[in-house]
Amino acid sequence: MLEIKNLHVEVDGKEILHGIDLSLAAGEVHAVMGPNGSGKSTLAYVLAGRDGYAVTKGEILFQGKDLAAMSPEERAREGVFLGFQYPVEIPGVSGLSFLKAAVNEVRKHRGIKELDAMEFLKFVRAKLKMLEMGDDLLKRPINVGFSGGEKKRVEVLQMAVLEPRLAIMDETDSGLDIDALKIVSSGINALRGLDRSMLVITHYQRLLGYVVPDKVHILSGGRIVRSGGKELALELEEKGYAVLGADAA
Amino acid sequence: MSATTHALHLDRFEAAKAGLPGDARARADALARYAKLGVPTPKLEAWHFTSLKPLDEAALAPSDAKVAVTAATVAGHALSTSHAHHQLVFVDGHFRADLSRIGTLPKGVVLTGWSAAKSLPKDFLAEAADAGAMRVLNAAYAADGAILEVPAGVALAAPVHLMFLGASGAAHARNRITMGEGASATVLETYVGTGRYWTNAVTDISIAAGAMLKHLKLQTEGGEAFHTAATAAHVAAKGVYDSFVLSIGGKLARNEIDAVLKGEGGRVKLEGAYLARARQHIDNTTIIDHAAAHCDSEERYRGVLDDHAYAAFQGRIVVRPDAQKTNAHQLNENLLLSDRAEIGSKPELEIHADDVKCGHGATAGEIDEQALFYLRARGIGLEQARGMLIEAFVSELIDAIADEAIRDRFTASVGGWLYDAQGARRAA
Ligand SMILES: Nc1ncnc2c1ncn2[C@@H]1O[C@H](COP(=O)(O)OP(=O)(O)OP(=O)(O)O)[C@@H](O)[C@H]1O
Ligand SMILES: [Mg+2]
Repeated sequence: MLEIKNLHVEVDGKEILHGIDLSLAAGEVHAVMGPNGSGKSTLAYVLAGRDGYAVTKGEILFQGKDLAAMSPEERAREGVFLGFQYPVEIPGVSGLSFLKAAVNEVRKHRGIKELDAMEFLKFVRAKLKMLEMGDDLLKRPINVGFSGGEKKRVEVLQMAVLEPRLAIMDETDSGLDIDALKIVSSGINALRGLDRSMLVITHYQRLLGYVVPDKVHILSGGRIVRSGGKELALELEEKGYAVLGADAA
Repeated sequence: MSATTHALHLDRFEAAKAGLPGDARARADALARYAKLGVPTPKLEAWHFTSLKPLDEAALAPSDAKVAVTAATVAGHALSTSHAHHQLVFVDGHFRADLSRIGTLPKGVVLTGWSAAKSLPKDFLAEAADAGAMRVLNAAYAADGAILEVPAGVALAAPVHLMFLGASGAAHARNRITMGEGASATVLETYVGTGRYWTNAVTDISIAAGAMLKHLKLQTEGGEAFHTAATAAHVAAKGVYDSFVLSIGGKLARNEIDAVLKGEGGRVKLEGAYLARARQHIDNTTIIDHAAAHCDSEERYRGVLDDHAYAAFQGRIVVRPDAQKTNAHQLNENLLLSDRAEIGSKPELEIHADDVKCGHGATAGEIDEQALFYLRARGIGLEQARGMLIEAFVSELIDAIADEAIRDRFTASVGGWLYDAQGARRAA
């Protein structure tokens, strides 16, 4: 599904990622952990194609295609989804009309019939139900005035609606209360499947108790310093980053 | 002397004046004043950002109203017939009863073109001593315009749509709106046209105590057109003047609003949006004069500028010595889509009272890169994402327009602009 090879990334002329290797097979869930400033969001952004995140060396293959050569919208249509650590507030654009436009772009790209307003509403309602959410947030302008937790829940909803092949969730668990964490986790679990891979960036073992990863990678100083099974997250929780040979931020 | 718009207006007056209705002396005086003032230049404070040289060089003579317009053209610019409204049509500034649909009016309401009116107000052509050149030129040549009188206590439920079609020459329409005590109405002026012509409109508004006028203007003149318009609104105690001006068309367009709060408890709200591209020049110049205490004014204009477009915003707020407890707020926000687009924004607060709350702000920024990336990261293409953000910027104002038919028309005009701008971008 995703092959990252010796990936070097520069932001504003400064190298942030110094050679990342990561291979995520179809259906797998990998967790990425690491201290503040270690480059987790940078990795997420470069996968999603944010301007200013330059790949200076190495490559990213997504389903065999060169991801770095695609625009952000092409990646999204191909099935890459980034759940933002800090979802952006967009005044004046209603969440519903935005999501409908997004869904239909993806469907058009996949050669599936676009949804009309009624079909879309039905489709979204089912996803809202799965995540135990009302539709009030979607009627408002995108993320405007949402609480931190509400923003994260809407990110997960968007993922559920867009049905990506690769979901990168950047600290989606931060800011969620305990109940919301359970609901969101079961939502994420419901979306796990043989043709969907996930890269879950988190600081907390708690999420990984619900969304059990196939692998855990520790990022530090722009490098993956250790990879292992789900026990690695537990070990980390107990001993902190320093013990693992990762420089604390 | 080579033909200029200025010279043509001076030269043609002798021949034209016999055919012009109303007070001949007032017209002659107005022309004399115009001759003295001449075409405004950026040397004048009020015209600091705008040169009318292209208008002068376009050599446009006063129009003679012989242009044929079909009902289909009018229908294309009309409000949706599923909403009741009163429609008056003017072609090159002349009332066309045959194209108008005034419909049934509440008792006592007068709504007509003045060429069809029983009588004209005496002071119809009167101009204040400090009136600008474009206003006095309009007084000299105005042959027609709309008259709306809503008597005391009457609420005119359906909006009045004044449609001005431009096709040739210079059109000097002169409109008068009179709201009696406690009366209310909604008036939409739209300006459209094709070809090279000049609209020079004047709209004078008087709002009696407790009356309310919602005044909307949609300026989508043709790409070769010139548009200068001056609106003056006098608001008595507890009166409300609520204005929204959407400027999209024209090669060079200037909209002036001069609102005076004359009685306590009055309110003025001036909102507007302008969208300009190519080499368009759009100027909004407003004055809000707080001449009485306990009045509120709120002003908010947003602009979107692409390509080489230039916009000017001059907002003057005057608070007279007696106007204590004034609340006055002004905000001008601009979205620059190209680094060659330019905005000249000048707030001017002239405050002579001490117990007031006044504030102003002006911003100019680019499209929010983070918002753009967020939309694109969900699969929405670059152009569509830009369009959504631009539309959102403007629709935050437009969505608050109460009248549905008018709001829809404004939204559609913004959509049309975006579509054209995207087309131009793709072609470039
Ligand atoms: N424009 C920039 N110029 C220079 N350095 C930058 C720029 N953007 C990010 N960085 C740096 O890159 C490093 C990695 O940032 P990143 O946001 O990827 O960290 P993170 O692992 O997501 O941290 P957190 O856990 O706090 O979210 C940080 O040291 C940050 O300061
Ligand atoms: Mg981060």
